[in-house]
Amino acid sequence: MSPTATRASDYQAQFEAFESGLSLNGSGWLHQHRKAALARFQELGFPTARRGNEAWKYTNVAPIARGAFTSAANGQEPSVTPADVRRLAPDARGWTRLVFVDGRFAGSLSSPPRNDGVRVANLAEAAATDRDLVERHLTRYAGYDDEAFTALNTAFLRDGAFIGLERGQTIDDAVHLVFVATGREATAANPRVLIVAREESRATIVESYVSLGDAARFTNAVTEIALEPGATVDHYRLALESPATYHVGLTRASLGRDATLTSASITLGAALVRHDLGVSLDGPGASCRLNGLYATRDRQHVDNHTFIDHASPHTTSRQYYKGVVDGESRAVFSGRVLVRPGAQHADAQQANRNLVLSQGAEVDTKPSLEIFADDVRCSHGATAGHLDEDAVFYLRSRGLDEDMARGVLVRGFVQEIIDTIGLNAVRAFTTRLFAASLAGA
Amino acid sequence: MTTPQSLIQSEYKYGFTTDVEQEVVPKGLNEETIRLISRKKNEPEFMLDWRLKAYRHWLKLERQEPTWANVHYPTIDFQDIIYYAAPVSPSEGPQSLDEVDPEILRAFDKLGIPLEEQSRLAGVAIDAVFDSVSVATTYKETLEKQGIIFCSFSEAVQKHPELIRKYLGSVVPYTDNFYATLNSAVFSDGSFAYIPPGVRCPMELMTYFRINQADTGQFERTLIIADKGSYVSYLEGCTAPSRKKNQLHAAVVELIALDDAEIKYSTLQNWFPGDADGVGGVFNFVTKRGKALGRRSKISWTQVETGSAITWKYPSVILQGDDSVGEFYSVALVNNYQQADTGTKMLHIGKNTKSTIVSKGISAGRGNNTYRGLVKILPGAAGAQNYTQCDSLLIGDQCGAHTVPYIEVRNPTARVEHEASTSKVSDDQLFYCMQRGISAEDAHFMIINGFCKEIFNELPWEFAVEASQLLKVSLEGAVG
Repeated sequence: MSPTATRASDYQAQFEAFESGLSLNGSGWLHQHRKAALARFQELGFPTARRGNEAWKYTNVAPIARGAFTSAANGQEPSVTPADVRRLAPDARGWTRLVFVDGRFAGSLSSPPRNDGVRVANLAEAAATDRDLVERHLTRYAGYDDEAFTALNTAFLRDGAFIGLERGQTIDDAVHLVFVATGREATAANPRVLIVAREESRATIVESYVSLGDAARFTNAVTEIALEPGATVDHYRLALESPATYHVGLTRASLGRDATLTSASITLGAALVRHDLGVSLDGPGASCRLNGLYATRDRQHVDNHTFIDHASPHTTSRQYYKGVVDGESRAVFSGRVLVRPGAQHADAQQANRNLVLSQGAEVDTKPSLEIFADDVRCSHGATAGHLDEDAVFYLRSRGLDEDMARGVLVRGFVQEIIDTIGLNAVRAFTTRLFAASLAGA
Repeated sequence: MTTPQSLIQSEYKYGFTTDVEQEVVPKGLNEETIRLISRKKNEPEFMLDWRLKAYRHWLKLERQEPTWANVHYPTIDFQDIIYYAAPVSPSEGPQSLDEVDPEILRAFDKLGIPLEEQSRLAGVAIDAVFDSVSVATTYKETLEKQGIIFCSFSEAVQKHPELIRKYLGSVVPYTDNFYATLNSAVFSDGSFAYIPPGVRCPMELMTYFRINQADTGQFERTLIIADKGSYVSYLEGCTAPSRKKNQLHAAVVELIALDDAEIKYSTLQNWFPGDADGVGGVFNFVTKRGKALGRRSKISWTQVETGSAITWKYPSVILQGDDSVGEFYSVALVNNYQQADTGTKMLHIGKNTKSTIVSKGISAGRGNNTYRGLVKILPGAAGAQNYTQCDSLLIGDQCGAHTVPYIEVRNPTARVEHEASTSKVSDDQLFYCMQRGISAEDAHFMIINGFCKEIFNELPWEFAVEASQLLKVSLEGAVG
């Protein structure tokens, strides 16, 4: 047995302690999922970059396997203040907010639950109050058969966010989900988000992952998004945790006829960030636009995996990921576009652009197309390079010094993605963060 | 827009067999087979040792064939293959054309590769390989005057063991991959070329590979060394009879370019692709790699891949010398049930190294075509540049086109660009051609030819014409 698999079996005792501490132990179907997911996780073990494991070729999760992360102890009062939340994550008047501290729902920091055609609640409650809906959708898009981290998340599934939109409902202001890591060294959180948007509904959802303090923690988040025909969701995901944090996230979305998903994935923090974003275009006319931005430094490792499944005809996808890679950091991008047989008139574009700023930094990018229909328009592009020296010279000829000239060009490079952020508060917050982060670049 | 249904699938026109007396070793692979091959070739000790080392390593791989490629085929029984088949000749190896079986000469004639003095292709020196052995090499004397060595691999082992010893396995070591290891153990013949310093090879060198015997595998090995400041253009063509049973072809090609040398390597791969129902055809599992060892050296691969049931092939360049250049130009076509997983690796080690990759994939029928490539910039490759363009064309809705590029950059002064697109033949272009009175099928061929033009332009002239014809023949029935 491999050392990582041994580690996976260590989770048994932890699981038993976790389950016995659940107040909602009674919901049997969820318990079944947890048990099955734990068993599956123990079979799979943590992924390794062994021969043929393409998905983990460039990312080593051994520190997570070795780290023996455990869930936060029960019944601790969060030491987070509303001011902390406002400082660490974007905020705006009118937003509905759910805050989770070390994976546990913090009611005192959150807006009261809504039930005005829009349900916003802690998933643990929704599993009881909206059982039919939750049971129908939970684990349906993010299955735990193949993904070890999703299996682990499901095994320890408890708190999380549930957002349900009735037919034709629109939320004008964003729903903000804030996941704060505060715990001691080696604390794990397994937050779960379920978004179900019925026909022709519309919402904007922001997920922020932030930290207080510098302890090494592990966040293992899973988000499932179901868009029924004509639904529109703007989804923002900000990974801004402390430099010692390990963050693994998986987002899966299924889009019905004419549904639209816009996603922005912003990554600045953590020692290791891996985000898998899978979008299945299941109905004709479904479309998605995925943007991503990352800046890495020191020995950070950021790995973005996207998978677009054109499973229906007349579907459209657009992807644009950009990154600035500095220090001895490493940025990985793997974008896979699949056009299934019969998915005629699929239109897919994908681009990944990287700016490599230092000797020692590494970019690994792998855009791929798998096309099984002929009447399609699919393209991808990837670049890795340094700043254009002619552009630097031009700016210097206008009186900017070397550092300023380079700074202007790097900010211009990231601004292209920031400009696509439709939500003012998130755009302003991201602009500030990147300005501060790139100031030293 | 509808496409014409009139064209009938044309037959593979190189599918004939030649009836000659063949010397065949029994099926199966063991140390004795290897000793036998080595003995037949009267090889020096070091060659046998090398083969046996490879074989022992291959045993350790325990049938771990590479599985990462997007190709599917039944398990190969390596004991059910004949590893050596050669036409019986009166003396050891061909001395002159008079001693070559006239049947074989006729066979090559039929393939459009006349070997007789009077009808030889002007300006092309040919090494003709029939199953496991080289049967004739033309223009040898003319080349020898300039110090150029162009002969069969077996002959080179006898006459130039020092060059073989120095360079064999220096680009593709016997441990490289499953099929390269197998080849290293059992390879039978192939071509060898050495261009001395400062010599520009006055004619194209060509090897024509022909599989004839049933149940044989062809395991040839080619080694080309371009010494300082030299230039050579090398062509490779291949065909096989139409047989119901799949045949394995696992070749290794090694190229070495020293300072300021240039090697241009062109392939027209037209092994039997199997019939319209996907029965038979050659499994073409080939390792080709060049080492641009010297400063300012250049290695350029051009390939037109229309044949084989399965193609698994990644002609690569190790850009070791500073300012060295690597190029890869490819047209890969799959029709019926053909599968191709092909591409290149560009490994940038030296400073200011440059590589260009242009790949055109055409998928028709139920074929699946994958471009798989790696561009790797190592930390020391300051100022390295790569440009990659991969375009795929789909004809019909039963085929697949896939693009899987890997880009790994570890130097901040490098610049890597990759672009890819997938589409079908544009209705607008077809409409434009047809309203000028061009038939639908001609319009298709024109557009597809235009799609591949960038690659054909890289081929020597005669090859370019043939490539275009080959494409047309291979596609007949598809644009219907």
